[in-house]
Amino acid sequence: MVENRPYLTFLSHFILILGAAIVAFPVYVTFVASTHDQQTMLAGVTPFFPGEHMIANYKEVLFEGVVGSRAPPVAGMMLNSLIMALAISIGKIIISIIAAYAIVYFKFPLRMTFFWMIFITLMLPVEVRILPTYKVVADLAMLDTYTGLTIPLIASATATFLFRQFFLSVPDELAEAARIDGAGPMRFFWDILLPLTRTSIAAMFVIQFIYGWNQYLWPLLITTKEEYYTIVMGISRMVNVVDAAARWNVVMAVAILAMIPPVIVVIFMQRQFVKGLVETEK
Amino acid sequence: MQKRVVFNNFWLPYLLVAPQIAITLIFFMWPAYQAMLQSVLQEDPFGLSSKFIWFENFERIFSDPTYLNSFSVTVIFSVCVTGFGLGLSLLLAVMADRVIKGATTYKTFLIWPYAVAPAVAGVLWGFLFNPTVGLISYFLRVIGYEWNYILNGNQALFLVILAAVWNQISYNFIFFLAGLQSIPKSLIEAAAIDGAGPGRRFWSIVFPLLSPTGFFLLVVNIVYAFFHTFGIIHAVTGGGPAKATEILVFKVYNDGFRAQDLGGSAAQSVVLMLIVVVLTVAQFRYIERRVHY
Amino acid sequence: MQLKHFLCSSAAALALSFGFAGSAAAQTEVQFWHAMGGTLGDRVSELVDGFNKEQKEYKVNAVYKGSYTETMTGAIAAFRARQHPHIVQVFEVGTATMMAAKGAVYPVHQLMKDAGEPFDPSAYLSTVTGYYSTPDGKLLSMPFNSSTPVFYWNKAAFKKAGLDPEKPPRTWPEVEEYGKKLIASGFQCGFSTQWQTWIQIENFGAWHNLPFATMENGFGGTNIKLTINDPVRVKHISKMAEWQKNKIFVYGGREGKPNSKFSTGECPMFMGSSGSADGFIKAMQGTEIGITMLPYWPDVAGAPQNSIIGGATLWVLAGKPKEEYKGVARFFSYLSRPEVQAKWHQQTGYVPITNASFILSKDQGFYQQRKGFDTAVLQLTNKTPTANSKGLRIGNFVQIRDIMDEELEAVWDGKKTAKQALDSAVERGNRLLADFHRANQ
Repeated sequence: MVENRPYLTFLSHFILILGAAIVAFPVYVTFVASTHDQQTMLAGVTPFFPGEHMIANYKEVLFEGVVGSRAPPVAGMMLNSLIMALAISIGKIIISIIAAYAIVYFKFPLRMTFFWMIFITLMLPVEVRILPTYKVVADLAMLDTYTGLTIPLIASATATFLFRQFFLSVPDELAEAARIDGAGPMRFFWDILLPLTRTSIAAMFVIQFIYGWNQYLWPLLITTKEEYYTIVMGISRMVNVVDAAARWNVVMAVAILAMIPPVIVVIFMQRQFVKGLVETEK
Repeated sequence: MQKRVVFNNFWLPYLLVAPQIAITLIFFMWPAYQAMLQSVLQEDPFGLSSKFIWFENFERIFSDPTYLNSFSVTVIFSVCVTGFGLGLSLLLAVMADRVIKGATTYKTFLIWPYAVAPAVAGVLWGFLFNPTVGLISYFLRVIGYEWNYILNGNQALFLVILAAVWNQISYNFIFFLAGLQSIPKSLIEAAAIDGAGPGRRFWSIVFPLLSPTGFFLLVVNIVYAFFHTFGIIHAVTGGGPAKATEILVFKVYNDGFRAQDLGGSAAQSVVLMLIVVVLTVAQFRYIERRVHY
Repeated sequence: MQLKHFLCSSAAALALSFGFAGSAAAQTEVQFWHAMGGTLGDRVSELVDGFNKEQKEYKVNAVYKGSYTETMTGAIAAFRARQHPHIVQVFEVGTATMMAAKGAVYPVHQLMKDAGEPFDPSAYLSTVTGYYSTPDGKLLSMPFNSSTPVFYWNKAAFKKAGLDPEKPPRTWPEVEEYGKKLIASGFQCGFSTQWQTWIQIENFGAWHNLPFATMENGFGGTNIKLTINDPVRVKHISKMAEWQKNKIFVYGGREGKPNSKFSTGECPMFMGSSGSADGFIKAMQGTEIGITMLPYWPDVAGAPQNSIIGGATLWVLAGKPKEEYKGVARFFSYLSRPEVQAKWHQQTGYVPITNASFILSKDQGFYQQRKGFDTAVLQLTNKTPTANSKGLRIGNFVQIRDIMDEELEAVWDGKKTAKQALDSAVERGNRLLADFHRANQ
């Protein structure tokens, strides 16, 4: 702190507490809802304080499979989400980092064409081109496989772009020195560049893990077997009851569980995440 | 754009880009081409009969008032989501950068929403504001405010903006905080010694130094508002009431996926792709310029 | 994190995750995609388990594929990629699309004949089969979960307002009168309605013997026009708008969203799908509810006629080996058995779609136990269906429902009068009908 201004410090805390409270409020209500029984939830306005059915609700969804939705137990769906999120994030990092390396450190025909091709895929979300993409995946016999769940989502312009930005900020002298020492391009990449990229990789991992974890429509469309269901799909299945009433208490318990792994990833990797972004932004 | 020092190797670079390019070609370019083809066809949903009809689908969507309405909804929605999302997260980041005590706790709370899937965020907000059982609508009723987002288009739009901002605020917050922390403290101290107050210091030093981060986030947020809010709209309002929250990407989905109007939906996809290209070029040019200074 | 470790383990994870896929099956498998989430999903699984246990040749694999829309579009996309299921559950608004897809659909009457399974369409309620048959009476899809709108009331609330809890309103003027009494005794709402287009426009028409569209509601062809801006409907909708001002009617959203208005006790009177009965009873334990027929306007000649169904049927998609269709046919025979039907009906509140299962439920004393659960059947068979009340066959129905929803919302919001809104719905809907006609000539 440059100088002491008590009222400003007070104001900062006030705004932060207010901000944090507002931001955390929906999560709190979700948690509260997950601790009540069905009758309380349907009888009127959601209560403001936690109830007594927390253990029963969580036990039910985690191990027994939700009664009244035939969804597989949440534990299994969470494992699928984890596999999907890890495969997508790790796969994305690998293919993007080598692509960015080629684009930055080599001069070759079609370099710019490739760069643009990758770049243009940046934005259009899978929802918009979902039907033609489904056809491609079906033709490749990748429905109902982990391959089909992940590979089509693995091409990432964001990661390629961030790695490229980072490589551009690496001093030229390093590559120069490596060349004088007679190190080949792969050696340079492996021994010098990769260790430097660690924090950026961590930042990318957080972003892509969450992207992978949160997919909804894609897994819904291409899976027909319960053993491939993901947790976000599970939530939709519980909310989407045609003529009956949704069991909000249980849905909310699943929603809380679905949040935990990504939150853990974000919180534990917070430091590297922020540092990685700072370095890339330089 | 490129290093002065480069390696020379004929095959290696192609090998390195090959996986990325292969996936892009198979899962992006080819489907995109299919969508373009579809946009000039009139076809039944099952693909049993199809007819080439030139640009009739485009003529049809552009003469459809609901499509034009969708454009203006998208603009209002994106401006609000981007504006509020950036403004609020900047405020919080500046405050979090100032305080020492409890900074980690604040950060942890503020980062949490980032981990919530848009589809789930939509369910949460829809639940909070549900006119019958929602906690917030209950408070609104108590203070005498007539809350009914299922009938009132403005309220529905407000609600999806709120949920979208909430879902994105953490991401912006983290980037702003990272940007703030990378500003050398010596610069700020020097200004303080010269007698500049906190407000002055913010506007004359911090803000300009933060602008690259700000611009990057601006583009990311526009893209987010345009495309990645799909899950929220899908879960909260489904585009209603009376199309008051039907943004472009939702309309593509709704017309193609729900209503089986393949040609019209594909034509809208093509329009969206053009918008993407424009946004991409804008971002690309800007970032390239930035790298030079 | 050690980078090498990180990369090694990630490569291992990738290899592991892409390694396994699919499993072998000894029996002939039949894929069945459905849209039944929540408790209903359980019931479907129980039905299918029952079939799988009683024979060894075939194994039906029931797969939940999201909402009705997601299931139907998923199946269509799968068909285009030739990865489709044998059976897909399609809601009634998708009927015209499925019927138009001649090469993609294997009509049920044909399937049963080819497979040599005994099948008698006349065993089904004619209001149910009529909706899904060709003009010459050939059944195209297998009736499954059919419902029809009924009237629910909250007996405790009636008592509180000094009304006889065993005497529900029979007509719309009575609904108005009851609503006034409920409001006067402190309630914030008289009645609400689910699926407003299905109940207040489509079924309202059938119940009052009014056409929904020309050419026998679309049964006679695709070159049709909507006729929903008739004076009776205009009067009905403007009455509802008027009631909304003093809260006799409270709008609760589209589709099933208003359910909580009834289950929380906010609205003591409610019009909703008969399939919601079980959910309401479970949710409102301790509060007794009644189920009866929809109200009607006594000044309309011929009312009440009969109501029409909603819900979904099972369509069979073409292009699979012949042997597998035998399994489908066997499964359908199983589904139409009186005891299977009766169980499904009694557990869910959906309509018993065969006469035998209705009689069986009656014999089992089910309707003494659960009063009002026979309302749906009685209402569907109230009179012999007329051209106006045997069903609807409307192309682009999803969008047309969206339009009617939007126009009705404009009325509830005070932006349009009933006449303006219905006129505009007709005009906008006719454009979509013309598109459909052109695309399916």
